[in-house]
Amino acid sequence: MIPSIRQPRAFRIAYRAYVALFFLYLALPLTVVAVFAFNNSQFPSLPWKGFTLEWFFGDSRPMIGVFHERPILRALGNSGFIAVFVSALSVVVGTTNAFLFNRYEFRFKGLFYVLMLLPLVIPGIVLGISILVFSSTVANGVWDGIGYDIEALRPGLTLVILGQFSFITTIVTLVIAARLQKFDRTLEEAALNLGANRMTAVRTVTIPYLAPALIGGFVVAFLMSFENFNTTLMLVGSDAPLTIAMFDRLKEGSTPLLNAVSLLLMLGSTTLALVMVLFQRKS
Amino acid sequence: MRAGAKLGFFLLFAPLVLWLGLLIVIPHIDMFLVSIRERIGVAEYQTSLANYLTFFTEPLYLVTFLRTAMMSILATALTLVIGFPVSFYIAKIAKGRLQSALFLLTLVPFYVSELVRTFGWMILLRETGLFSTLLQWLGLADQPVEMLYNDVAMMVGLVYTSMLFMVVPLITTMESLDDSVIEAGYDLGGSGFSVMREIIIPHAMPGIVSGSIIVFMLSLGNYLTPTMLGGKDSLWFTELIYSQFIVRFNWELGAAFGFMLLFLSSLIVWGTLKLTGQTLEKTMG
Amino acid sequence: MTDPILESVSLSKRFGNFVAVDDVSFSVPEGSFFSILGPSGCGKTTIMRMIAGFLEPTSGDILIRGRSILDVPPNKRPVNMVFQHLALFPMMNIEGNIGYGLRRKGMEKAEIAARVGEVLERIGLPGIGKRKVDELSGGQKQRVAIARCMVMEPDVLLLDEPLGALDLKLREHMKIELKQLQSDFGTTFIYITHDQSEALVMSDQIAVMNQGRFEQIGSGRDLYYRPGTAFVAGFVGEANRWRGKVTRAQGGGLQLTTEAGLVITGADHGRGLRVGEEAEIFVRPEAIRIGHAVSDVAHFSNQMSGSVGSLLFNGAASRAMLRPAGGGDEIEVALPQSGEFSALKRGDEVHIGWEAEQANAFAYDPTAAAATAKASGTGGT
Repeated sequence: MIPSIRQPRAFRIAYRAYVALFFLYLALPLTVVAVFAFNNSQFPSLPWKGFTLEWFFGDSRPMIGVFHERPILRALGNSGFIAVFVSALSVVVGTTNAFLFNRYEFRFKGLFYVLMLLPLVIPGIVLGISILVFSSTVANGVWDGIGYDIEALRPGLTLVILGQFSFITTIVTLVIAARLQKFDRTLEEAALNLGANRMTAVRTVTIPYLAPALIGGFVVAFLMSFENFNTTLMLVGSDAPLTIAMFDRLKEGSTPLLNAVSLLLMLGSTTLALVMVLFQRKS
Repeated sequence: MRAGAKLGFFLLFAPLVLWLGLLIVIPHIDMFLVSIRERIGVAEYQTSLANYLTFFTEPLYLVTFLRTAMMSILATALTLVIGFPVSFYIAKIAKGRLQSALFLLTLVPFYVSELVRTFGWMILLRETGLFSTLLQWLGLADQPVEMLYNDVAMMVGLVYTSMLFMVVPLITTMESLDDSVIEAGYDLGGSGFSVMREIIIPHAMPGIVSGSIIVFMLSLGNYLTPTMLGGKDSLWFTELIYSQFIVRFNWELGAAFGFMLLFLSSLIVWGTLKLTGQTLEKTMG
Repeated sequence: MTDPILESVSLSKRFGNFVAVDDVSFSVPEGSFFSILGPSGCGKTTIMRMIAGFLEPTSGDILIRGRSILDVPPNKRPVNMVFQHLALFPMMNIEGNIGYGLRRKGMEKAEIAARVGEVLERIGLPGIGKRKVDELSGGQKQRVAIARCMVMEPDVLLLDEPLGALDLKLREHMKIELKQLQSDFGTTFIYITHDQSEALVMSDQIAVMNQGRFEQIGSGRDLYYRPGTAFVAGFVGEANRWRGKVTRAQGGGLQLTTEAGLVITGADHGRGLRVGEEAEIFVRPEAIRIGHAVSDVAHFSNQMSGSVGSLLFNGAASRAMLRPAGGGDEIEVALPQSGEFSALKRGDEVHIGWEAEQANAFAYDPTAAAATAKASGTGGT
């Protein structure tokens, strides 16, 4: 089974074929999405009508490319805006959480830890509706009470950010806590011993040590936010992020424009992921 | 020093409590409260279990609910069965560069949003899609074949979407199994089958459990794949929740549905953990 | 003698019911090399952490230059510490590590660079400032860790078993180098270790610690030749030991009869053992003379014959294990390497003898006996 144990030749060949087939299964949908971005046709399907870059750069009907399609660009901007906020927030809270669970003993610590993990096992759509329900309860209460409408608590960017933040924080906490666990605390003592106060010791020694996890957590949060669909779907207002905008278009029927956007997304996230892997390897 | 430590504790504790309290615990309590009220007039409500009664008496709701649960379990099982041999290959057979390359390859598709992945399957499976054209070209079909909008297409999409979350925990746990333990199993007279059953699978159990829990959760809570790839009969429970909330504005019933979904997923997660003797802290943390 | 730079006054530390440090007092003269030697778990690390400020004493006081430092937080104390695993900051280069404390003081960049360069020069590693921590060898890291503290010009440098992680050869080398560095810098070193040879080689003064208490403070020579307690006699260096009843005592000399009937003369060096008391006698292997004929050892107050049970060749530290003719435990004897005994083999008849003066007698203390038995397992030689 493992290389040191011989298996019949036929078995080995069959096994390898299976693994190859598996990767074909993984690659196929993405490949067709990418390839049809260059099809000179109104539909992302065969027959192949020749190569074109119009779906990226075209500026006249019927082939308006990604870079001239206002709604898509605006949705992309929304997604980026949301993702930056969500990542920054969840890295901050993830860091405080990691320190809290690593450094302090307190009552009901175990319970809080399980609570902290819970967002991972709540379906995204349920997270979305619970936040939607609660925020409208609050907004309606305020409206009934003082007659002021809190715009931020109605479906829109703020709620999308809060909704994504609510479960991405758990993942970021786990990423940062894993590295903090490996931190040798005598390093902090050494810093104190050399004249640093507690805050300075954390800032100059612990945080630099955590840096790969902080950056990794940020990138993971960014990608998850960018991709998120379920929670966002329930909380979205008029400023739709990219996944929702693409979903609306897809329901109406697809054009290679969507392939072009998808290809750019693939390139973007793969680059981001590769940069992260390289960074992690370096440190 | 003491006072400083206390202050530090509260500064770290506050974000946790705000986050969990305002975004997780209280919203769910509120959602529960909404689910147990009944609208009896304009802005007039009373507490009742009417919404839950509706859920249990309307066949469409209950059937969709149970169907969604069964299909999610099926998707989880399929993902495990398909992903296990590949995980084993990457963890124990591939070595060096090939190993890390294959591992990265399994990750890459998932850096792309679920929407793009689903879109890919639509291009492949629909009537004018690649497979249909290919079959005609090969002479196996004489007219376009619609492969989209049925349970099989949906299952293909669900398995595809969840694969990463099964394969990564499997690889991680199986990598930690020392080769010599497998060799010892053979050395003591074990067959490939018995080594797999008595050594490898028990060792991989934590990975199997956490992978299965996540895949099940993702399938159960999925909206996009059933909507885009599934047919008229493949109605998914999340679609009911969505339509109650967004289309019909019946938040009370939608909240009750949400609660049933939460209840079901918690039950299955809890049951899996109990059956396999794992804990949430161990499998997730 | 100069004024003590560091004093500990009745220092105690309790963790719940466990007394880690029990009423320990000592003073360290300025510029000296002071070691605390003891088995693991004896409380020596606790003392060090109290001096550094990472632990608060339950009672007692620590004074530096006559002033109590208990109210001074660890980052403001004029002591620096070389940690057991050195605790060099892996995310900084060597320069960053050594300059860390100076930056905390708010010193100017140019000044810091100059100081760092200077101290690197002094530890014999000029120009390595830009290197990373994990590019250095074990011995280099050691020196950098010391330099990181020395650049702070501390009143006292604490060293917590810093040689523990090194391999044997390097450890031997670093012992000499540490002593050299200490005398170069002229700083007071407080060094804790469970390795007696480290303590003996480097220290001006050694405190032997056991179960939270100091057993004896003295020079290496004192501890070795004039151990103050049975624990010290058993822990520092090697010794043959006999237990029995005192059958005669007069003017410092005494006679001990073991259960097997063996009679040994020894000295209690003023500890006032009385007839009838249970006592232990310790005799170092190198204090025993070995001879081929009875006449070789005729002038010793203790004489014995026996056969060679086994030979343990270890260069200059070779030993013979003798089976006494009258029965009893094997006796460990140092073999002179002058060639006289190079033909010695198993079963040969030999004669041994030693002076009563070299046989240290102590009142028998079962707890100390247990502690040494445990400690010699981990203590090393």
